[in-house]
Amino acid sequence: MTPLGTLPPPPPYLGIPQRRPQQPPLSLLCDPDAVELTGPVFGPADVDPADADLTRQHPGEPIGERITVAGRVTDRRGRPVRGQLVELWQANAAGRYAHPDDRHPAPLDPNFTGAGRCLTDDEGRYRFVTIRPGAYPLDGRSDVWRPAHLHFSLFGTAFAQRLVTQMYFPGDPLLAHDSIAHAVPEPAALARLVAAYDPALNVPGHALGHRWDIVLDGPAATWTEGSHR
Amino acid sequence: MTPGTPSQTAGPFFGAALPFPGGGDLAPAGHPEAVVLHGYVLDGEGAPVPEALLEFWQPAPDGSRAGAPGSLRRDGVTFTGFARVATRGDGHYALRTLPPGGVPYLAVCLHLRGLQRHLFTRAYLAAPADDPLLAAVPEERRATLLAVREPDGHRAYRFDVRLRGPGETVFLTM
Ligand SMILES: [Fe+2]
Repeated sequence: MTPLGTLPPPPPYLGIPQRRPQQPPLSLLCDPDAVELTGPVFGPADVDPADADLTRQHPGEPIGERITVAGRVTDRRGRPVRGQLVELWQANAAGRYAHPDDRHPAPLDPNFTGAGRCLTDDEGRYRFVTIRPGAYPLDGRSDVWRPAHLHFSLFGTAFAQRLVTQMYFPGDPLLAHDSIAHAVPEPAALARLVAAYDPALNVPGHALGHRWDIVLDGPAATWTEGSHR
Repeated sequence: MTPGTPSQTAGPFFGAALPFPGGGDLAPAGHPEAVVLHGYVLDGEGAPVPEALLEFWQPAPDGSRAGAPGSLRRDGVTFTGFARVATRGDGHYALRTLPPGGVPYLAVCLHLRGLQRHLFTRAYLAAPADDPLLAAVPEERRATLLAVREPDGHRAYRFDVRLRGPGETVFLTM
């Protein structure tokens, strides 16, 4: 069973035409000493442990279903990505972002900003506590709805492994209609953007657990390593 | 090998989450060797792109590529190698940094609304003849990777990113 089910896929999101490059990108394989084979490092100076709990950023509790989202960040060889920065942003439970450009007429939640950060541990694990975001209509008022999703930003050991993506929730009927998700054409690849319910990650009586593992693509998986630092 | 997790568009709302105070202050405060790298992000019609996010990664002046923690909460002293700046409403960005050691360029990663995925490019502060990437770029497009020293003597370099059309910046794939 894929996120698609039996429906024909929606047209893939192509972006804004005036912003889409026309020339093919140039491969960096011509530069074995590329700076992009290394990357920035982060540490306790960058991230407060409290940044990983989006339900504790205000005096009151946000409205919504509390969830945990956790998993491992690895490279394509399965090696953990250690001590790296994971960033998360999302809509509130009503499907509204705390951003001035969001014109969706759903309520803001004074107790929810919807932005978090954490560092991966020595095994590549990350963990956030947040609330499940609501669906929202594209462009604020249309009848094209985005499935519930979390935006993620990740760094690997190489700058070339940079990843910005979105995580979806299991069993969401909107996913089969979503052009943005279907910018990933292969059903098996799209399925890797969908988290799994994992009761082992529940906080008993408090939050529902979701597992989502992330694999960073890029040169560290395929290029010779060792001489770049 | 395990297949990678696919990219998705950053969407319109990352501007409330990813930028951080001092993101463009890569050079320690008051450092005499500091240079300014600045410019505009422009779309295929030459219109400025507001709220584009530019990330820079570069070696330290001594050539070290090890980086240092602390970019997100800068201490004013440490050179971390990483910067993150957003364009303003007029599409302009600026960062203060120190010239990289060992290579003449900064690696750039660009995020903006309306892109399927982020873009990589490089901002060269000089153009040595033996640079393997510049050598691989067709001559007529090479200038899109070169930051231009401003003539006013303020140690400033201009580097514009053109997403599409005439003068389209050379983007890189890994
Ligand atoms: Fe979104």
